Amino acid sequence: MKFFEHFGRYTLFLLGLFKRPERFKVFAKQTLHEMSSIGVGSFGIVSLISVFTGAVSTIQIGVQLVSGLVPDYMLGTFVRDSNIYEFSPTITCLVLAGKVGSSIASEMGTMKVTEQIDALEIMGINSANYLVLPKILAGVLTIPILVVYAMVLSIIGGALSGVMGDIISVDEYVRGLRTDFVPFSVWFAIIKSTTFAFLITSISAYHGYRVEGGALEVGRGSTMAVVYSAVAVIIFDYILSDILLGA
Amino acid sequence: MIQLKNIKKSFNGKVVLDDISASFFKGKANFVIGASGSGKSVIMKCMVGLIDVDQGEIFYGQDDFVNKSYEERKLIRKEIGMLFQGTALFDSLSIEDNIAFPLRMFTKMTPEEVLDRVNFCLQRVNLSNVNKLYPSNLSGGMKKRVGIARAIALNPKYLFCDEPNSGLDPLTSRLIDELIKEITIEYNITTIINTHDMKSLFDMGDNIIYIYQGKKEWEGEKSLIRSSGNSKLLEFMKASEF
Repeated sequence: MKFFEHFGRYTLFLLGLFKRPERFKVFAKQTLHEMSSIGVGSFGIVSLISVFTGAVSTIQIGVQLVSGLVPDYMLGTFVRDSNIYEFSPTITCLVLAGKVGSSIASEMGTMKVTEQIDALEIMGINSANYLVLPKILAGVLTIPILVVYAMVLSIIGGALSGVMGDIISVDEYVRGLRTDFVPFSVWFAIIKSTTFAFLITSISAYHGYRVEGGALEVGRGSTMAVVYSAVAVIIFDYILSDILLGA
Repeated sequence: MIQLKNIKKSFNGKVVLDDISASFFKGKANFVIGASGSGKSVIMKCMVGLIDVDQGEIFYGQDDFVNKSYEERKLIRKEIGMLFQGTALFDSLSIEDNIAFPLRMFTKMTPEEVLDRVNFCLQRVNLSNVNKLYPSNLSGGMKKRVGIARAIALNPKYLFCDEPNSGLDPLTSRLIDELIKEITIEYNITTIINTHDMKSLFDMGDNIIYIYQGKKEWEGEKSLIRSSGNSKLLEFMKASEF
């Protein structure tokens, strides 16, 4: 029952968001500010995670290809596909669910408990539209770019660990990368990450927006935002994979 | 003028406002007084539309606020200024941007005109050289004054003040009271003040509404309080050492 109650409230929350902004110039400025906060502010953590994800996948796949039945260069193919299809979009978005999600929820929650959202409403401003829509738009525009960046870095990370660990040569690795490349895999990752971006930003804003009380509730709201965003990412990962890649 | 007619509001079956009718007059400091939990803040939130009433009507002049759509209410809200108990200044904006915020959202003023208006509002609340500071850099009293400056930026017809003196020392409280009173008379606005500070009430109150456990117990002019004969009101005053 609780799930349906939240789902209903979340749907109404989303319906309230999509209205024409009061002032387009202010809206555009807000969106650019959020793009900087969400996108530029996440480059460091995304870079670190991507390089290591690629590096680890090379080592682990390399360990499993010792039989000799599969050509060595296929390691590059497997690293490429596993990172493009799954690791880069999903792991990046799970990390962003923690970083961006908690930031959005705590910001909104603090604004709620300190009556800043009420102040906006009394001024005649649709607070959800003014505060949340730029965050969603910024997330949807920047997170897919971060994911594409993560794909590139993870493949580079894979090459580095392959060469440094003497698992595969650069030529073999590149040969593997160029084998049976399906351009749709990149589009698949972009579609996934756009969906995840929408879920992370909107779910986090929803949980922040419904905070009532004080500092303790802001913390709880922030935790809920991260947990539900991460769960939504995992569920939609399955749904989108089934829809877009299923037989 | 604002009129409440038979306002009722319950939360989870608990009646918080029970058939409240009252009038708030233009150019006057209209006080809503009562103990903590009596329903003062709920009345104010209902009046500005942050909480929907279960029953009753709220008239801003001739406009029935309750039966208006969200978009229609927005037009009335643009004529409202509100000073919050905790000031509700936007943390991420400088003082200048806080006051300029409603001007940028709702007027077509040039940046120079906005800055002139911001400086005028800051001068009006006796603040200077704070434009580039942030709310976290200010004292409680200064924040309240910035809150008033933001509330009057758009020349409102109605000014709501929720516990304007809470958390302030007695001297600063009196300064804030004087400021609110001056602004009410100067701009001929309908000011509604929620408080349980009786000193404030006797210093600047014009029209008084006393709320007791969600019901209006008494309404009248300040000069009539002591002769009201209302035992609950007199007891409340006595407890407040007045």
